[in-house]
Order: sequence, then structure tokens, then C-alpha cells
Amino acid sequence: MFETTVEVIIICIKVGVAGMVLFSLPIPLTWVERKVAGHIQVRLGPFRVGPHGILQPVADMVKMLLKEDVIPTKADKWLFMLAPIMTMVPAFAVFVAIPVGDKFTLPFIGKDITLYMSDMNVAVVYILAVSGLSIYGIIFGGWASNSKYAVMGGLRSAAQMISYEVAMSFAAVGVVMLSNSLSLVEIVKSQSGGLFHWNFLYLPVGPVWFMIFFIAGLAEVNRIPFDLPEDEGSLAAGYHVEYSGMRFAFFMLAEYIAMVTISVLAVIFFLGGWDDPTGVIPLPPILWFVGKVAAFIYLFMWIRFTLPRYRYDQLMTIGWKILIPVSLVCVLVTGLMRI
Amino acid sequence: MEKVFFLIFAAVAVGSALAVVTLKNPVHSALALIACLLQVASVFVLLRSPFLAVVQVFIYVGAVMVLFLFVVMVLDIRQARMEAFPQKERWFVYAIVPVITVELLTVILGKGFPRLGPGSTEATTVEVLGKALFTEYLFPFEVVSVLLLAAMVGAIIMVKKRWD
Repeated sequence: MFETTVEVIIICIKVGVAGMVLFSLPIPLTWVERKVAGHIQVRLGPFRVGPHGILQPVADMVKMLLKEDVIPTKADKWLFMLAPIMTMVPAFAVFVAIPVGDKFTLPFIGKDITLYMSDMNVAVVYILAVSGLSIYGIIFGGWASNSKYAVMGGLRSAAQMISYEVAMSFAAVGVVMLSNSLSLVEIVKSQSGGLFHWNFLYLPVGPVWFMIFFIAGLAEVNRIPFDLPEDEGSLAAGYHVEYSGMRFAFFMLAEYIAMVTISVLAVIFFLGGWDDPTGVIPLPPILWFVGKVAAFIYLFMWIRFTLPRYRYDQLMTIGWKILIPVSLVCVLVTGLMRI
Repeated sequence: MEKVFFLIFAAVAVGSALAVVTLKNPVHSALALIACLLQVASVFVLLRSPFLAVVQVFIYVGAVMVLFLFVVMVLDIRQARMEAFPQKERWFVYAIVPVITVELLTVILGKGFPRLGPGSTEATTVEVLGKALFTEYLFPFEVVSVLLLAAMVGAIIMVKKRWD
């Protein structure tokens, strides 16, 4: 009985810590994103609030909290209020299955604490399934706004999500074939032992899987060059055009967390998770993990301010006529290599 | 503890299933159906088959319902709202519902399902499922694949005809 109670308390602490980290992540991330944008476009970015504008996100948050919460008259009121929460909950729920390290031993007590909430034996499928659910907030939010731009944004994101979910799942299948497991902890363990054991360098299919995963991931989280659902040129702001204040902030929060999720998954699937690429640098594994994820997030931002947006038919062509056929061939090649 | 969870999931599942058929707005019905499918997935977890639960969320909630919504959202909702429930013209519904109810009740009460014994508390792993699927149930598995392929080809042909 005592053991179970301790386990429950440990899990509650882990959930609390993960929740707090995820909730506060967008604060530094928005600042970094705007700074990266500024420097790429040869300007300073936010500079007024605090040194180098570091308190800008806090000011933004206060602004969001104080803004009037507008609900359009003809909107479907309940659905309109529910939609931001519906995008946010799955974004958080994904992290139940995501490991950030193996385990560490508490000093003095000698108790092992794992750095994941649960090591599910179906973690890969769970993550693909649950992260796909956040699309409902976008669809319902778009529909409930009772605005044609918002509905168009919602429909676009539904079509985009269905198209790229296939390629994304294929990439996950590839990783599972390379690592022989559906558990994320096992996938990381199968890549341990330095750079050349990583799935990314499993030649010749590793880099191809990585590219498929990365492109599909960009499309899944609606980032440029695939941010058609919120294309400001033709759709005003897409599905969240009618949202303001905190509800709008919730959509943004979910989007940032989705970006972090894709980065984390890319690191776990292809870049060896918390594995040290050289095997000689004595850094704690968690730092390797965070470093790799941070590099990925930077890559996402870099792409955002470098590439233009695709047209809608180009988006569909890339998904259905390039990524899916390539991944089918890749499944075959990987299968032959793993016999 | 498990029983409490089961009762919660079952109650919400039945409630949302009722909402699917009684709500007038098709988009609300779709939302209720999503809730219902999620509850069923939770019941699968209680039945020690996490893979089935996750696949249920992946396929039904994640893909099928998105397509449903896609269709419903481009429909004229105002017209669907006008229709009364239950519809008077569809008298056969009143005939079919009692028949199906009696059938289901006889199946459930009469024969009963094998109880989960003490040995079945272990969760079904993907490995076990995969082996069963590709050895014991290989033939049904292939038949289902061919059926799905036929459905896909049929869908493509139906779209093609409109283009010509």
C-alpha cells in the first residue's frame, strides 16, 4: 500500500512539473521566435521591454489577459468557447508518453526515478493518435465562429491533417521497423552507442525517413511553408480569425506545444534521444536531449522566416504524390534490409 | 476502483451516444460521437487491450470523424436543423428498434461472455496481436485487405466518372 502511494505521489509530481514546463514554454519561445525573425530580416526584433526585449512575452501575456473576449453574435457560443480547450488538451496529453531521459537515482534515499510518466508498449501509436486530436479544436473553432474565412481555415486544416497523417504514420512505421519496438524508451535504447547507431544514419533509408517525418511534421503543426489554414493572404487569419484575448492565446499555446512535440519526436525517433553522439563528452543525458530539441525548434523558426508558403494544390501534391509513394518504397526497402 | 472507472466511462458513452441521435445540429452530433468513441477507447484500456484503444482513437476519432466533419461542415446545416426527431415518415425505425433490442438482450443475457479470469489481467501486447494476426487469422486478415482495396478502387472510379 505504501509503495503504491509513493508511486502515485511521484506520478503526480511528474505531471505537475511537465504541465508547468509546457505551460511556460511559449514564454521564452515567442521571444526567441521574434528575435530570430528580427535577426534574419536584419532588424532588432523586440527591444523595449527589459534588456533585449526579454520581458516582451510577459507584457504580451498581460495584454492578452486584459483584452476583451469577443464572441461573435451568430457564433455557436458553447462550441466557440470549447474549441481552444479542445486543441490544448491533446497537445498536453501527448507528453504522458514522451520520455526525456532514462532514469536517475535520488541521492540519500537511493530510489530510482524514471524520467517519463509511463513507458507504454504502444507509445508510438498513442502519440500519433492523440496529437491528431488537436485538429478538432481547429475545425470546431473555425465552424463555430460562423465566418466563411474561419470555416475555410478549418476545412483546409482537416484536409491537410488527413493527407499528412498518412505520411507521418509511415515515417513512424519506418522507425518502428528500424528499432523493433513501439515503446519510445526502447527506440532510444536501440540507438545508443554514438552517432553511427542513430536511425538518422541508418543508410540508405534513415535520412529518407527523417525527411518524410520532418516535412509531414511541419505540415501537421501548420508551420510555414504549410500554414495554409491560417494563410493571412487569402483567409485573413484562418480558423482563429474571430478569436481574441486568452482564447486566441490558447490556440497559440497549443501550436507552440505541437512544435515542441514534433521536435521531441524527431529527436527520439532519429537522433538518438538523450544519447551522446561522441561518447566522450561528460554531459548529463538530459542536457543532450534538451540541446537537440532546442536545435530542432531553431530549425523550425529558421524555416519559417526563410521559405515562402506553398499554394494549396502544391501542398496536396507534396503529400499525396511525393511523400506517400516515397514512403511506400521506403517501407519495402527497410523491410528487405531488416530481414 | 476499476469498476468506478468503468461506470463513469460507460455512463458517458451511453449519454453521448444518445446525444448523437437526439441533437439537432449535425456538428454537435459529431462532437458527441467523438466523445462516445473516446469513452469506448477508455473501456478498451480497462479490458487490458491498450493497442485496440489507441487504434480506436487513431482510426475512428482521428481519421473517420475528421472526414465526417468535413462532409457535415459543407452541408446546409439550417436544413438539417429543421427536420424533426424522431421523423414521422420513417415509421420502420419504430419497428426495427424493438427487434434489435430483443436480439441484443438475448445475446447478452442468454449466452454471456467469457469472464475475464485471473490469468487475463496481463495486457495484450502488440507482439501477441501481430503473431495471432499473421498466423492464426491470416486468411481473414487478407480478405479484409482485399475488401478495403476494392472499396478504395470503387471510390476512385466513382470520382473519375464525374470528371469525364
